[in-house]
Amino acid sequence: MALLQLERISAQYPGAAEPVLADISLSLGPQQLLVALGPSGSGKTSLLNLIAGFVEPSAGRITLDGVPVKGPSAERGVVFQDDALLPWQDVLANVGFGLELAGVPRDQRERRAREMLALVDLAGFDTRRIWQLSGGQKQRVGLARALAADPRVLLMDEPFGALDAFTREQMQELLLQVWRRTAKPVFLITHDIEEAVFLATDLILLAPDPGQIVERLSLDFGQRYSAGESARAIKSDPRFIETREHVLARVFSQRSAARRQEFV
Amino acid sequence: MSSYELPVTVASKPKAVAVRRSLSTRWISVLTLSGLIVLWWAVTAVGLIEPLFLPPPGAVLEKGWLLATTGYMDSTLWQHLGASLGRIGLALGAAVLSAIPVGIAIGHNRIARGILDPLIEFYRPIPPLAYLPLIVIWCGIGELSKVLLIYLAIFAPIAIATATGVRTVDPAKLRAAQSLGATRAQLIRHVILPSALPDILTGVRIGLGVGWSTLVAAELIAATSGLGFMVQSAAQFLVTDVVVLGILVIALIAFAMEMGLRALQRKLVPWHGQAH
Repeated sequence: MALLQLERISAQYPGAAEPVLADISLSLGPQQLLVALGPSGSGKTSLLNLIAGFVEPSAGRITLDGVPVKGPSAERGVVFQDDALLPWQDVLANVGFGLELAGVPRDQRERRAREMLALVDLAGFDTRRIWQLSGGQKQRVGLARALAADPRVLLMDEPFGALDAFTREQMQELLLQVWRRTAKPVFLITHDIEEAVFLATDLILLAPDPGQIVERLSLDFGQRYSAGESARAIKSDPRFIETREHVLARVFSQRSAARRQEFV
Repeated sequence: MSSYELPVTVASKPKAVAVRRSLSTRWISVLTLSGLIVLWWAVTAVGLIEPLFLPPPGAVLEKGWLLATTGYMDSTLWQHLGASLGRIGLALGAAVLSAIPVGIAIGHNRIARGILDPLIEFYRPIPPLAYLPLIVIWCGIGELSKVLLIYLAIFAPIAIATATGVRTVDPAKLRAAQSLGATRAQLIRHVILPSALPDILTGVRIGLGVGWSTLVAAELIAATSGLGFMVQSAAQFLVTDVVVLGILVIALIAFAMEMGLRALQRKLVPWHGQAH
């Protein structure tokens, strides 16, 4: 039973000759962590912007619970690559911002915001200012803010792309913990192959010119982490490495195919 | 032990250098100012310049005391000061209340920009004193014409700075607020206005500077009270110490306004200039 449904979506920038995305169909249901992986130019960000409602498709249909998506809404929470937090408010007010917009009374939204901060391991950070936080802490606040508004689905736009390798590993594990505990369907885009293979229950591989889905995989490495296996053990497992190399080979074969076409 | 001591020495060194450097810069400024005053005192004490052209610092101070207590031309220094500050305060209040909404409209709405932008850009480069005669013809020589003149001088910088601030709002913050369910009005109230606040305050700073010099110039021409009037009428009777004193007070007020607004900026927009 799919919650979010994309049917034959195409997208084109005004005035551009080539579409950025062509004929994309996918669905996202409960218990799913769908990762879209692709090189730059494959239309990952455009795909996320379409689902978030920031841009409109030139063809096709996007529905959430059967209702067509129109414009941005609190049903589809977004975590951005650059935190996009409000520096004039403290951490607690940032996390409660969505609830404030919805008119939830202060004590209620602060209680909820504190719960969400505890969920992302930032309990006690209430009165910190945004500019006092590290990159990883900002992304946690961004995640807590999106979750506090209780969206139907969570969209993540390369959320760990700007972080250093150590922090990225920690954030991946944190995301899996949060995802398991909140049971929110997640749609995440990334260009990090290891991250994609580790996190995804479902992986779609995008290729550029125009952006299209070239492969779909169902994976269980994230579930193995949730079941108690350590992240490093999973990532050094021969099956994990095999999957990673397979995906890598697919990306490269697409690229060289595109390059051959350029020479012809 | 060494791992405990190391950060302390590393942290304290650059701090000491920074303190010494900021102190020395400030001291250079203080020394320059006091040098200037000593020079002023010296040339008048030796009698190089006649008191008619440059009265000694002591005489100016004495006159200041006299002005503050008994007054000059029927009113004390405080009454002149109050008249000037009242005019600029009124004009500033009106300008802030009207220019910020206009600036938001210009930055946010294409049609409002088409209508208002050319109007503001047309009158902004005109020196305010050039249209003072027209304002006097329309509104008479009373308080209204002076307040209106300064209002116009302050309005343009605030409106333009606000529009710039609105146009440079981080689009990611807007999208984040939209995906949390923000309406158009909520976007303005919760994202656009706070984002533009640093620019708005810069506009107020520039506007106050322009407004103050315009006010004093206007008082030189057409007024019966105010600091500009005091300087002008004293000059007509060659009361040079009052002229010098008036100029010093005008400079002090301008300096105080600039410092006050900088302090306000630090208090209201502490995130400005921070890496975030």
